[in-house]
Amino acid sequence: MGKPTGFMEYPKKSVPYRDSAERTRDFGEIFTPPDEQHLRNQGARCMDCGVPFCQSDNGCPIDNLIPEWNDLVYQGRWRDALDRLHKTNNFPEFTGRTCPAPCEGACVLGITDPAVTIKNIENAIIDRGFAQGWVTPQIPAARTGKRVAIIGSGPAGLAAADQLNKAGHTATVYERADRIGGLLMYGIPNMKLDKQVVNRRVDLLRASGIEFVVNADVGRNVDAAKLRAEHDAVLLATGATTPRDLKIPGRDLPGVHFAMEFLAANTRSLLDSNLADGKYISAKGKRVVVIGGGDTGADCIGTALRHGCTSLVNLELLDEPPAKRAHDNPWPLWPKILRTDYAHEESITRFGADPRNYAVVSKDFGDGGGKVASVKIVRIEWQRGEGPPKMIELPATAETLEADLVLLAMGFLGPEAYLSQALGVELDPRSNYKAEHGRFATSQKGVFAAGDCRRGQSLVVWAINEGRGAARAVDEFLMGSSLLPAPKLTMGGTTG
Amino acid sequence: MRNTNNTGLPPAQGLYRPEFEHDSCGVGFVANIKGKRSHQIILDADHLLCRMDHRGARGAEPNTGDGAGMLTALPHEFLAKVAMQEFGATLPPPGKFAAGIVFLPQDPAERERCKKVVAEICAETKQTLVGWRVVPINVAAADVGNSALDAAPFIEQLFVAAGPGFEGDAFERALYVLRKRASHRLRGDKTLAEAKQFYVCSLSSKIVIYKGMLTPGQLLQFYTDLQDPDYTTHLAMVHSRFSTNTFPSWDRAQPNRFMAHNGEINTLRGNESWMRARQGVVASDLYGDSMRDLFPIGEPDCSDSGVFDNVLEFLLMSGRTLQESIMMMVPEAWQKNDLMPENKRAFYEYHSCLMEPWDGPASIAFTDGKYIGAVLDRNGLRPSRYYLTTDDRVIMASEVGVVPIDPAHVKAKGRLEPGRMFLIDFERGRLVPDDELKNEYANRRPYAEWLEANRIALRDVTSARPAPEIDGATLLPRMQAFGYTSETLQFMLQPMVKEHRDPVGSMGNDSALAVLSDKPRMLYDYFRQLFAQVTNPPIDSIREEVIMSLECYIGPEHNLLETTPKHAERLRLRQPILTNEELDGIKSMNQRGWRTLTVDITFPASEAKGGLKRAIDRICAEAESAIDEGYTMLVLSDRAIGPDRIPVSALLACGAVHHHLVSRAKRTRIGIVLETGEAREVHHHCLLVGYGADGINPYLAFEALAQSRDAGLLDANTDLVGDYRQAVAKGMLKVMAKMGISTLQSYKGGQIFEALGLASDVIDRCFRGTVSRLQGVNFSVLEQETLRRHALGYPVDPLDKLPSLPNPGEFHWRSAGEKHAWDPQAIFSLQVAARRGDRNAYRQFAAHINEEARKNGALRGLLEFRTSANPAELDDVEPASEIVKRFVTGAMSFGSLSAEAHETLAVAMNRIGGKSNTGEGGEDPARFVPLPNGDSRRSAIKQVASGRFGVTIAYLANADELQIKMAQGAKPGEGGELPGKKVDDNIARIRYSTPGVGLISPPPHHDIYSIEDLAQLIHDLKNANPVARVSVKLVSEVGVGTIAAGVVKAHADHVLISGDNGGTGASPLTSIKHAGLPWELGLAETHQTLVMNDLRSRAVVQTDGGLKTGRDVVIAALLGAEEMGFSTAPLIALGCIMMRKCHLNTCPVGVATQDPVLRKKFAGQPEHVVNYLFMVAEEAREIMASLGIRRFIDLVGRVELLQPRAAINHWKADGLDLTPLLTPAPKPRPDTDVYCTKQQDHRLNLALDNKLIALAKKSIQQRKKTRAELDISNTNRTVGAMLSYEVVKKWGADALPYDTVRFKFNGTAGQSFGAFLAKGITLELEGDSNDYVGKGLSGGRIIIYPPAEATFTAEDNVLIGNVALYGATSGRAFFRGRAAERFCVRNSGAKAVVEGVGDHGCEYMTGGRAVILGPTGLNFAAGMSGGVAYVLDVNKEFASKCNTGTVDLEAIEEDEDIVELREMIELHLEYTRSAVAARILDDWPSSLKEFVKVMPTDYKRVLTERKRHDEEMEQTLRDDETGTFVAHGR
Repeated sequence: MGKPTGFMEYPKKSVPYRDSAERTRDFGEIFTPPDEQHLRNQGARCMDCGVPFCQSDNGCPIDNLIPEWNDLVYQGRWRDALDRLHKTNNFPEFTGRTCPAPCEGACVLGITDPAVTIKNIENAIIDRGFAQGWVTPQIPAARTGKRVAIIGSGPAGLAAADQLNKAGHTATVYERADRIGGLLMYGIPNMKLDKQVVNRRVDLLRASGIEFVVNADVGRNVDAAKLRAEHDAVLLATGATTPRDLKIPGRDLPGVHFAMEFLAANTRSLLDSNLADGKYISAKGKRVVVIGGGDTGADCIGTALRHGCTSLVNLELLDEPPAKRAHDNPWPLWPKILRTDYAHEESITRFGADPRNYAVVSKDFGDGGGKVASVKIVRIEWQRGEGPPKMIELPATAETLEADLVLLAMGFLGPEAYLSQALGVELDPRSNYKAEHGRFATSQKGVFAAGDCRRGQSLVVWAINEGRGAARAVDEFLMGSSLLPAPKLTMGGTTG
Repeated sequence: MRNTNNTGLPPAQGLYRPEFEHDSCGVGFVANIKGKRSHQIILDADHLLCRMDHRGARGAEPNTGDGAGMLTALPHEFLAKVAMQEFGATLPPPGKFAAGIVFLPQDPAERERCKKVVAEICAETKQTLVGWRVVPINVAAADVGNSALDAAPFIEQLFVAAGPGFEGDAFERALYVLRKRASHRLRGDKTLAEAKQFYVCSLSSKIVIYKGMLTPGQLLQFYTDLQDPDYTTHLAMVHSRFSTNTFPSWDRAQPNRFMAHNGEINTLRGNESWMRARQGVVASDLYGDSMRDLFPIGEPDCSDSGVFDNVLEFLLMSGRTLQESIMMMVPEAWQKNDLMPENKRAFYEYHSCLMEPWDGPASIAFTDGKYIGAVLDRNGLRPSRYYLTTDDRVIMASEVGVVPIDPAHVKAKGRLEPGRMFLIDFERGRLVPDDELKNEYANRRPYAEWLEANRIALRDVTSARPAPEIDGATLLPRMQAFGYTSETLQFMLQPMVKEHRDPVGSMGNDSALAVLSDKPRMLYDYFRQLFAQVTNPPIDSIREEVIMSLECYIGPEHNLLETTPKHAERLRLRQPILTNEELDGIKSMNQRGWRTLTVDITFPASEAKGGLKRAIDRICAEAESAIDEGYTMLVLSDRAIGPDRIPVSALLACGAVHHHLVSRAKRTRIGIVLETGEAREVHHHCLLVGYGADGINPYLAFEALAQSRDAGLLDANTDLVGDYRQAVAKGMLKVMAKMGISTLQSYKGGQIFEALGLASDVIDRCFRGTVSRLQGVNFSVLEQETLRRHALGYPVDPLDKLPSLPNPGEFHWRSAGEKHAWDPQAIFSLQVAARRGDRNAYRQFAAHINEEARKNGALRGLLEFRTSANPAELDDVEPASEIVKRFVTGAMSFGSLSAEAHETLAVAMNRIGGKSNTGEGGEDPARFVPLPNGDSRRSAIKQVASGRFGVTIAYLANADELQIKMAQGAKPGEGGELPGKKVDDNIARIRYSTPGVGLISPPPHHDIYSIEDLAQLIHDLKNANPVARVSVKLVSEVGVGTIAAGVVKAHADHVLISGDNGGTGASPLTSIKHAGLPWELGLAETHQTLVMNDLRSRAVVQTDGGLKTGRDVVIAALLGAEEMGFSTAPLIALGCIMMRKCHLNTCPVGVATQDPVLRKKFAGQPEHVVNYLFMVAEEAREIMASLGIRRFIDLVGRVELLQPRAAINHWKADGLDLTPLLTPAPKPRPDTDVYCTKQQDHRLNLALDNKLIALAKKSIQQRKKTRAELDISNTNRTVGAMLSYEVVKKWGADALPYDTVRFKFNGTAGQSFGAFLAKGITLELEGDSNDYVGKGLSGGRIIIYPPAEATFTAEDNVLIGNVALYGATSGRAFFRGRAAERFCVRNSGAKAVVEGVGDHGCEYMTGGRAVILGPTGLNFAAGMSGGVAYVLDVNKEFASKCNTGTVDLEAIEEDEDIVELREMIELHLEYTRSAVAARILDDWPSSLKEFVKVMPTDYKRVLTERKRHDEEMEQTLRDDETGTFVAHGR
């Protein structure tokens, strides 16, 4: 299988992004189209491991058949590769664009060499599939007559809907926003995931027989009890949408926003009017401080740059990660190393410096004429010993950063409370819906939960994992048994 | 152990089974060709027997032998004398009376009963009972051991006079019926407590047998009859037995009634079952109704030799001659021998229609008084040498030099050749040569015409109508329902067609046992292939293809006792895989009244529950009535599979029908062919044939391949069916060869498998006689598995239909697939633990492994500890630093591992006082010297494997343990190959081979074809390093316990029982997955058997094969091991990530590769291994504390501290019964030691080398010269090895300057003369020598020539035995005379001259020179990849005898060749005064033209490349010197 010596012959080369100066002039996707021969060589680097760690618990959460399709791409058998890809992954075009790729972190080749560019290959397979017209609606041959309501149209809800529909159930997806996609639509900015890509998939799902209801905020404008009564099962896939706040002095000043307010409004305005309607928070001409060093923080930077901000600082509480794996972070764990994401690169191109500032804590927001004007920060040191590390503020390191726009991108805490109250669903100590992974059943019979609202804030790929697993659990609940595959749980006979 | 039956053998208990006892032996005879009687013949035969004492064995008690006996002509004068004394009777004239020794019960009443019955039967058979005489015995003089005495029968002699009208053969037949009837009646009499004591050694008018559980030296002392000078005979055949057990058994001593046997019948189970089946069609006018008295033809409780004898006797007694019967049962390899005369070939081919070969390594001596003779099996694996003297004596024995003979009286010295017969006709008073004898039999009837007229060729039946088309639309569901996975295609079918062989993989099998798996598994997965180890050799089916054959005649057999043209009317299959067209032909055949019935082996989905068993009943009934209705062929077909039809497993159907028909004695009346979608892998086909299938049409495999081809996965022009058949054929031959079986005909129905996890209802119905020690799944579970698979293809709900094949991760781990012990979490946590010495990580690792083993996978997972109410304090438990000394790393060669990985393991193990193992790749002498920091890279264990790579005297001398690898867990019974690309300069240097040229390890050790050969190798190694312990590595399979007992009796100090999980650098997947058994079973069986025999105290027992945690270690100790080996786990600690690419040389972490770039990626450190093993020991300590055990040694064998896990609760594993595993070893005495407490007595004090060392003292100490002359005899074995050890201990590998020590010997040298002889030592022998001359020659010089007074022509006679210069690495040898089989096998550097060789000369040779100044046998140069042979080919027949698979034949033209050859011949003349050499040199220019140069093609290529490279280098240098060198860019 594959080319046994491929990894020795071909160096790793990722599919490049568009030029970093050029791409910040628009909100178009940052990716360039891949070259086929290039990808075949990269596929040949896959070693067809006896124990493919890319599939392990540290690797792909949805058991993507990575060695299989790497090999198929190497052989140029794209159509077969697509079939394999779709077996485990409902939405490769989403993960192929947005996934941080734990598979690559766990790739065995990564022990000694740069890992296989799995994510590039995945994305190329699905893009080619769409381009060739190979991706078509999957209409079930027969209907079971069972109705399932899915609340939330993020990746978990969509994956579950797709699976349940395949099993012949009638799935209806309820979305409180005006467009389907949840985080995929309004959370991730357009340059990372073009909304046409999301709509294309939603259209396919609709054509396959899934019903979508937008502007339906269950527990608020849709009666939860009635909804439950009208369906044989309900799946909660609402996401974790409660942002973590930073309750320091000046928090209420205008100009301090949650990242999601900033990002969602931007995308909506972009889609509605190509930003002509002004219904977004513009960073143009502003000094921007982004608090939080994760992906959302980076998306805020990328968006602010595209608006035309005049400066950018990104604050991170934790230490700067090392360039290489630390002693306590061995392969195949997710490599906690310094990565320069698209937005950081863009920022460096624009301003000549990395915007990231590590091991700092924000103390208060300065008021400048009734709006935010600065952020006071202090440097810290993390003391490690027994128990969790302790944060020590370093004396005489206080500093004030000027800021016109502060974006809080410090993560999310769980689903919002109104729906759980309406349905009487129990929560876990972290305020997520209480349901065991694998069973996905909440405290209410026939009500299931999947995705970030159950596991807490996580990756798109984990949402798909949960959506697929929950679909199997729902199918089993409805039919007594299920042959739907569920990642990490069953073979279900569909892999390979 | 006594038992009530008094046969001596204990009943089956725990894991011990008496039917797996093996024996092997020394055999020989002395006779006067003219039939002149004398008492001297007895004395000579006794001498012969005692001189082969070392070939027999003793148990724990030195004066209890395994058995010895003598067969002589009936001594008329002597018997007349004693008859007169005893009963005052005058005996009738010779030929009119019979006498025989009869074993009787000790109990007087029972004895009388027996005698009364014999008297009755005498009357019934119309013979006259003359009387009984108590045979005089002298127990005191013979000093017979107590265990033998305890089991001894009461011994009497029976005299019978011929009834009126009975003469000659008729009288013998009457005696036969009498004896058979008596044996059946008395031995089967349940009212007799000592029934099994009744045994008639012989009853004949021509011969008599004295035998017993004696040592050779005791025989004559015990039976005083034999000392009487009046006791005269013209022949005496003797036998000394080496049994793997020590249980007393008088009747198993040999000779048997007509033969004595040295070797083993591997195919016994199949032969027995076919004989049983034939009873239905056997008829003879000679017996009429009394025929039934003769059944069963094979007596129960018999050894393989005994059953062979029974059948031989049956054939003889029904009118065939001894010679003809032997030719039928032990045919030559006729199928592929183009040199064989047509009439002889026809004889063999015709008789193959009557009977399958009784296959195995055998030297059989046979006699009926009129003739005496001997025959060797087709592969010639046992030695048989003979002398003819001027005074008409013939002496034949496993060794020469066993009877003192004046060299001047020797007329000829010869040896028996493979498949050849040696026969003395006393009436004609001459030796009948093989050719003459066989020609006579071949010409008796027009066999070729009969065959031509009657046999049916497959092409004749091939149907004209188109075969069934591939049905693409239904293919996927059918594949799903038959259990196909994407791996089936990826790892099995596609590679088979691409590579034309059984596909290869690496590392071990760590996936769950079928019976413990959650997945429905194929029935085939519940079977493990058995394999040969120690008691018989596996065969190299590739290099020794000449003896292998898949050809079979199928369809109805006829009366075995007749010889008619009709017997040839059978269908010939060249190999068992049938194309669709061929099957269709068989289905529609109508030739000669043949008719075929197709039986549907599917059952309706509507009656799923219980449907499987009902279907089997129906299939068997239909099969039986087909025979009654006159059908001649059965096709069992599952083509009807579909949504409504569920297939019975083809294997179940085949086994059930075969056994049903065997039990009805109807099996030989019909052929069984399978038309099945289920069978596809080599293992499947082997199982089907092994359980009786005559042919297989794997139609779905053909369809799946066609689909792969259409999808572009296979070359469009591929001949799918042809290539697939070729791969299957190769694979099947290899599986057969593993067990030492060379023809499919005798493999068929042989059931060479052990079941693991099948319940007795399934076994009894379909696989009767197959061992399944732990029970397991029954029909109802098998049915569930079948239904689950069927539902994958044909789900009840169409929505559940799956679009493609599943991938359950059976080969490569897959998330949520089949469980593997080495899953990502296990690998990850072990690496973290080992690298950081992190105990928490280790605890996680151990918890995961132990829990996973518990849930899924390993047998030990089903066990739990009985913790003590009084646990020990952890501090009181033996420290980890002591426990780790019991740990070793497994044998992994430098060659399969990188130097970095190999040396890191050695350093780690030396640091903790454990032992690392060289594996079979030799070791760089630089590693013998410690590093400056005190670390040592020297491997404490030096392995001696079949390839003998780098096994020099210096290698052996630098060891603490010498390990003889008999088998390897991942590929027991197979050899190995190191591909040329892995042989770099360094590896080639250490292995004494050529860089870039691939290396082959033969499947067998060519000096171990039997247990006594192993004893000899142990002795050789002990001589080569007296301070190292000698270990024997075995692999777990049923019967390994009895093998281990034999090994300990062969004086091994240490026994390793390897499990089937062991890793490998490269091995067929068939073997990785389906050969060998878990170590738990093998270890427990070994411990139980050794304790029962009181042999456990004499050897250390070690186990390995997938040990990972402290829990594993403690369980291993409780099941009986003192030491534990680890291989994969330490490799993982060093960075291995179970890539399973070792065989491709692409290991990405530098562990199992020689690629310099990849090797740089190796990141392992010795402390990783040290950390890991210490944590394992710490975990073991915690468990020991909980068990209340403080000393590790106190764990050994304490199975009572284990219990089956309370609730297993698994749909399959519930049926397992672990009792046999947990049965405490029965102690023969209360104080029997259960672990090693004693040293073996290797009797090195008796070695001639002690004298040589004393004589050569000044040479050893000061390098001064030594010269001496001594006498030598065949009991002086391994001469020169201990001396060589002393020399290299003192001077290192360079040893001594040329010819420092020179000894001249006179006489016959024992085995292994000059073994491992070091540089600077010369051994000169005037006389002759036995097997293994110059084994492992390490620079020394050996010269052998016949005695000056000899009158025979040296170059026409056999001078030295088999397997000379095996594994020689350097040195020189000159032999004036011929060598027997396998001269220079695996020679890698010695230069030798000899005047003729037997078959398989220069096999696997990789270096050195062989000059053959005379004829060669067949298959010369098979697998030869290096070195050069020069063969004098006067008669221009060499080309037809040479295997040119890897060599070219050339004229000798190069100057350097001419010089070299001439120099060697000149030396030969100088040293041996060879007449041949003189003649050649006298006319050198024309002699030179008669030489052929045998040049390995690979070797030539590499030499040419190197020469070109050297020339280029030289040119470059010259250019450089002349200033024209232009620097290249970098």
